[in-house]
Amino acid sequence: MTSLAKGETRAAGGPLVRLTGVNKWFGDLHVLQDIDLSVERGEVVVVIGPSGSGKSTLCRAINRLESIQQGEISIDGERLPEEGKALARLRSDVGMVFQSFNLFAHKTILENVTLGPTRVRRKSKADAERRARELLERVGVAAQADKYPAQLSGGQQQRVAIARALAMEPKVMLFDEPTSALDPEMINEVLDVMTSLAREGMTMIVVTHEMGFARRAANRVVFMDGGRVVESSDPESFFTNPQSDRAKDFLSKILNH
Amino acid sequence: MDFLSDNIDLLWGAFLTTLSLAVVSGLCALVLGTVLAGMRVSPVPPLRGLATFYVEVFRNTPLTVVFFFLVFGIVQIDLQFPSRFAAAVAALSLYTAAFVCEALRSGINAVPPGQAEAARALGLDFGQTLRTIVLPQAFRTVVPPLGNVWIALAKNTSIAAGFAVADLTAALQRLSNANADRLLLVFAAIVAGYLAITLPSAWAIRVIEKRVAIIR
Repeated sequence: MTSLAKGETRAAGGPLVRLTGVNKWFGDLHVLQDIDLSVERGEVVVVIGPSGSGKSTLCRAINRLESIQQGEISIDGERLPEEGKALARLRSDVGMVFQSFNLFAHKTILENVTLGPTRVRRKSKADAERRARELLERVGVAAQADKYPAQLSGGQQQRVAIARALAMEPKVMLFDEPTSALDPEMINEVLDVMTSLAREGMTMIVVTHEMGFARRAANRVVFMDGGRVVESSDPESFFTNPQSDRAKDFLSKILNH
Repeated sequence: MDFLSDNIDLLWGAFLTTLSLAVVSGLCALVLGTVLAGMRVSPVPPLRGLATFYVEVFRNTPLTVVFFFLVFGIVQIDLQFPSRFAAAVAALSLYTAAFVCEALRSGINAVPPGQAEAARALGLDFGQTLRTIVLPQAFRTVVPPLGNVWIALAKNTSIAAGFAVADLTAALQRLSNANADRLLLVFAAIVAGYLAITLPSAWAIRVIEKRVAIIR
């Protein structure tokens, strides 16, 4: 990070992801209420909260898979554009990992990982495949490269999904409940990959119920309830000394079962 | 067997005409129907409206009326197809495209939304998402209904006989006038011609369906 291109200098100063006064309604339901959130470069932010608190919607709004009605979201100093080419370009810099993996069912594991780099980044097939195999190696599924998604376990599929997102060399990675659809014994293999990513300095926004991961890897925990950010602090103070009653209540329910 | 040997050239020519009507119209309808299906799921409201209008017009108009319009109707606005065959291909393609579109659209709706979301999240635009992720999966699920559309088209080509195209049904009219004493034989020959197109198609559809199936 010693030499920055001229265009990047300005952007490099501010937060990588910034949400200002974000509001969203599903019909009458006010799912995101006046959200302000900034995520710095290299920061790992874990978003937790009860179901229906709006945390998944927040995650999906950051790359505009959900549109918002009010407020502003910017990534690397650039405001999220309306639907179109500019939005596609911005999304290519934002990696996304879904709860249900969403690997392309008709493509092999290798093709899943090379699709973005070849179609969006216009990389050559050979370069994209070399990089894809490295990434698959790294997440521990290199041996499955020629299989189809349905032939892999959930944990393997989710690790492929992470490799697919990383192949785009994203500035930030969004994880929308990445382990919620997994059998318990597969959760750790996915969390291990995520933890090592966090250690390497990837900027991450992670919606999860895995409190162990939050303690281990997060720089900051954001607690949401009823569409609002109720609390935002470092993991140690959040878990040992939550400020709001709602957070205390939530933690008592999930930590002592 | 002198009936067959006397008329083999006529029958063979009629068979080829029916086959080429079906194949050429089928290909045109597939292309046009795919474009229409893309329009019907696009985020641009005028495109959606236009495609919906098209589908409703052609799906709900009798094919014979479409033929009448393209053969005689457009003469009023100083247009004419170079041949009756071309007019028949146009009528069959325009009509069948509406059904291809609806079959494909049902396939598109059957692709889990997460597939398109993952593609968009990678930075693919709407067209790329449709072409590389959604349509290839949609085509696989609509092989059986598209097969039905194809077989219906193969049989619908018979309407062209009413508009001076020398297809199998036209041959039926001609031969039954000349061979009133051997009508059963004439019918058998004509039906065999249609079956020679539709039965292998039904078999091919089953093979394709098995081959392109995707496991989920």
